[in-house]
Amino acid sequence: MPHDHPHSHDEGAVHSHEGMSPSGHPYRADNDTPLTYWQVMEIAIRELLIEKGHTDAAEITRQIDRMDARSPADGARLVARAWHDPAFRERLLADGSAACREMDLDIGPMHLIAVENSEAVHNLVVCTLCSCYPRNLLGLPPDWYKTRAYRSRAVREPRAVLREFGVDLPGDTTVRVHDSTADMRYVVIPARPRGTEGWSETELAALVTRDSMIGTGLPRQP
Amino acid sequence: MAERVRVRAMMPPGHVRTPAYLRGRIGVIERELGRFADPERRAYSLPFDQRRLVRVRFTMAEIWGPDAEAPNDTLDAEIFEHWLEPA
Amino acid sequence: MTEPEQKTDPIPESLAAGRRWHDMGGDISGDGGGPIPREGHDYALWEKRIDALMVLCGEKGLMTVDGLRRVLEDMGPESFETMGYYERWIASVNQNLLEGGVYTTEELGTRMEAVARRGASYGEAAGG
Repeated sequence: MPHDHPHSHDEGAVHSHEGMSPSGHPYRADNDTPLTYWQVMEIAIRELLIEKGHTDAAEITRQIDRMDARSPADGARLVARAWHDPAFRERLLADGSAACREMDLDIGPMHLIAVENSEAVHNLVVCTLCSCYPRNLLGLPPDWYKTRAYRSRAVREPRAVLREFGVDLPGDTTVRVHDSTADMRYVVIPARPRGTEGWSETELAALVTRDSMIGTGLPRQP
Repeated sequence: MAERVRVRAMMPPGHVRTPAYLRGRIGVIERELGRFADPERRAYSLPFDQRRLVRVRFTMAEIWGPDAEAPNDTLDAEIFEHWLEPA
Repeated sequence: MTEPEQKTDPIPESLAAGRRWHDMGGDISGDGGGPIPREGHDYALWEKRIDALMVLCGEKGLMTVDGLRRVLEDMGPESFETMGYYERWIASVNQNLLEGGVYTTEELGTRMEAVARRGASYGEAAGG
């Protein structure tokens, strides 16, 4: 994205930062950059759709708010519930969408499959054909998820990708890569960190990072 | 015994959701997902059927051969029925 | 487990040219093999509006996500290198809505000209 403002980011923290968005990036001014052809097209299409009665400004605003409200914090709550409640974990693994709706998470029509990490298995999610992502649970994806390098390499050399993200797996751990090729979306349930016995769901949720739910990261250690 | 399937090695132009790196490769059905709109028709605003979709699990050795990073690691992907044949 | 047999490319050589640019899995020659860029950005209002328009047009049956992807793919690899994510999306949304008869090219062209004459910034052109 040549015109975007680049800056470094951390492992995808889901805790809030002062003056930062839920994804940990600074908010940016929207209205002070030179107008582009594609922005003109967006404005024109939006106005035509409103004039023709297909939508209205309030509905568009509601949809933006609905998407903005989704963030990795929702996924963190889901994972924490699964760590805390074995029966819920079973239901989540059996039907991810139903488990989200049980928690009143607004996932829309998304079909979600939850895959679970353990000492023996590490899961990693990618979309090689485009950039499918469990956006109705975790919000919009990080930019790296949409890059050619991630989409190409995650299925060919997942362990090298994981090392690049700071995750060095033992050789006897099986890596399972999930390519979101069609109608399913995937969330990784990371392995619960040791030393968290007796923790509340709220305390557990604070350990869950966005990247740990994509599989490119691990939860924070207590 | 899990059902073994081979992904068809077709290379048509147009919109399809079967990655090229899996075409011709053999895997096992990991789970049934139900029936979903055929993207190859719906992408062109044509009448479409609901088609069977399954998750197929491949070993990295099957996909990448001797070049696999770790042969027993796996790759799961959703594949529509018309891209699969018995193996 | 798979036997360590000799792996040959299962796709006949004469069909290999049919592989499409967006089908990136495993292609680690060239740019696909490099480090994963980790720069991030937050989405601007115009990007969020495009996202919302796509979702709403899908819900209302004006277009489908398959149609969105089909046009993105047909736009070719140059678009992936030279355009931003939501720039490609609005181009594809437009193509789908034109094909679906939601508005005409003339209507769009007329409105785009009017929008462009409102000012030099997004805020001015969008009318706040």
